[in-house]
Amino acid sequence: MSSDGNLLEVKNLRTYFDTDDGIVKAVDGISFQLERGETLGIVGESGSGKSVTNLSIIRLIPEPPGKIAGGEVIFNGTDLLLLPNEAIRKIRGRRIAMIFQDPMTSLNPFMKISRQLMEMTELHLGHTKAQARTHAIRMLETVGIPDAHARADSYPHEFSGGMRQRVMIAMALSCEPELLIADEPTTALDVTIQAQILELIKKLKRETGTSVILITHDLGVVAGMTDHVIVMYAGKIFEQARTAELFAQPGNPYTKGLLRSVPDPTDEQGKLYQIPGLPPDVAHLKPGCPFAPRCDRVQEICKQEFPPFVQLNADHHSLCHFAREVYSESGGTPA
Amino acid sequence: MSTLLSIKDLKVHFDLGGGGPLDKLFNAKSVKRVVKAVDGVSIDILERETLGLVGESGCGKTTLGRAILRLIEPTDGQVFYRDRDLAHLSQRQLREQRRHLQIIFQDPYASLNPRMTVGQIVGEPLETYRLARGREAEQRVQELLETVGLSKRFIKRYPHEFSGGQRQRIGIARALAVDPDFIVADEPISALDVSIQAQIMNLLEKLRREKNLTYLFISHDLRAIRHVSDRVAVMYLGKLVELADAKTIYAEPLMPYTKALISAVPVPDPQVEATRQRIMLEGDVPSPINPPSGCRFHTRCPYAIDACKEVVPQLVEIKPAHFAACIRISPAQPHIEDVAPGAAPGLPQ
Repeated sequence: MSSDGNLLEVKNLRTYFDTDDGIVKAVDGISFQLERGETLGIVGESGSGKSVTNLSIIRLIPEPPGKIAGGEVIFNGTDLLLLPNEAIRKIRGRRIAMIFQDPMTSLNPFMKISRQLMEMTELHLGHTKAQARTHAIRMLETVGIPDAHARADSYPHEFSGGMRQRVMIAMALSCEPELLIADEPTTALDVTIQAQILELIKKLKRETGTSVILITHDLGVVAGMTDHVIVMYAGKIFEQARTAELFAQPGNPYTKGLLRSVPDPTDEQGKLYQIPGLPPDVAHLKPGCPFAPRCDRVQEICKQEFPPFVQLNADHHSLCHFAREVYSESGGTPA
Repeated sequence: MSTLLSIKDLKVHFDLGGGGPLDKLFNAKSVKRVVKAVDGVSIDILERETLGLVGESGCGKTTLGRAILRLIEPTDGQVFYRDRDLAHLSQRQLREQRRHLQIIFQDPYASLNPRMTVGQIVGEPLETYRLARGREAEQRVQELLETVGLSKRFIKRYPHEFSGGQRQRIGIARALAVDPDFIVADEPISALDVSIQAQIMNLLEKLRREKNLTYLFISHDLRAIRHVSDRVAVMYLGKLVELADAKTIYAEPLMPYTKALISAVPVPDPQVEATRQRIMLEGDVPSPINPPSGCRFHTRCPYAIDACKEVVPQLVEIKPAHFAACIRISPAQPHIEDVAPGAAPGLPQ
């Protein structure tokens, strides 16, 4: 047990991929903490490294071509990166659970739902068959599968996308994990179903006290679900802050651009702000700030020197040469 | 604004078989199974407007867009474009008209031929319609690439050399090649990153103004629809359930499904998110195979009464230029919250 209330502490994590194109630094020296009972959002565009970060935490990076090149992942006082495979397997699914974007490909199409759920508790909690079945049905009820008793023996294809995601959540939570990592859990779902699933995650989190890492590209989802947010770009953390603060007083030009480029349904129409250009090719990063070619306030220094990670207040950091200025312009007072 | 396209009672039904004499004999599928993907949609698309068409997966929005262009054959109904009924033209006549009616697809990876260069992809429609050839065609392709924000140096490159956003630009250039009046944009931004989505939305808007285009913008993304559309039509299981201008429908949705849909959209503002009330819908969208009777939304509607299972609601002008299909509201009583429990003011007296 760590004494400071942090469930997870990631320190200077670096995950690289060896490709024909050269070394891709998918995650390049990121650090963050997750407090017990807290929800942390990780946002970023494709290729920003948000999924690789989380696959690194539970050590599901395919090796080769991937490789965790350095850093520490301290979970409850233990560095997961130092554990033997046998030990990490006991943590995965039991103490750290994951749900993925596509519930169809994450469930085994040849196995009954009940069997897949029972496997979890038989393996991790030593349940007998009968215990596991009772538990599986109770979990299906918890996540709101109607008529769980009868439907437990269905196959995944007999469920809709929303129902499959509920099954995934039931499976993830069946061993009462301390940490739930949800990687784009609602991206494949319709908006009314998304609302149901997000509400379910919130409710279960309230009831079980599980800490959650929520990976998403949707700033609306982050706004409604999280306590802290990390914004990733090109394998780096560009900004991290409390959610309310990040939306109200962003301290990084990329975050600012991202927030302005999402149409707000409650707001007036008009020309949408757009970040010019394309996300960078992480295999061929130039010196200087990776966002410099797209940044609307780029200066000479940005093209030459890698920006510092500036602390703006107790828990607000921004990777930018002009972090203080950007923060002040958004109405913040740098400490 | 005058009407560019007038769609009348358009239907697209897909027969899944079943119900034949042999099926009955072996009791296999004794009921004929039909997907009514689009089931009696009537709507006018006005010149130079962007009509947003929104709905959840399986509601028939893509089928409707394609049926208008006859990329899917309609089962019944008419589509009038310049006094001609597209739905009943011969293939030859239709090909002539298609020049004016183009489409942009969702998947920028699947909709470009990987073995053709960008120049060939964008130039092909010019050739097909004999609009330009040789040097002239090449120049036209270069212009088109620049119009959509791509360098004309890309002309000899292949689709795989481009990112998703750039590919979508190529798809737009191809649609523009024949100088159309009307473009169906079928989920044009869904496969793209947030920062790229904004670029494509702005590009489409700029092109609309410059080239006097009319769009049918199909999307499940309610935030994007709100941003790009002049008017918004909401679809549910093959039927239009509400139609109004974009601002009105978001500020004051009338039909219960639209209300739930709009309340479900996450707003990128933690303060708004912390306080707003969501209308949670129970369950999933029912299967479009043999959909619910009466109002198709009655199985999930918090306001449903018995009559909703029987009566198919018509799209009625509840407020000026604001149409909704719900028997529980009427022009005299537009707000369902204020209607007496069990009352159905929208039923014909």
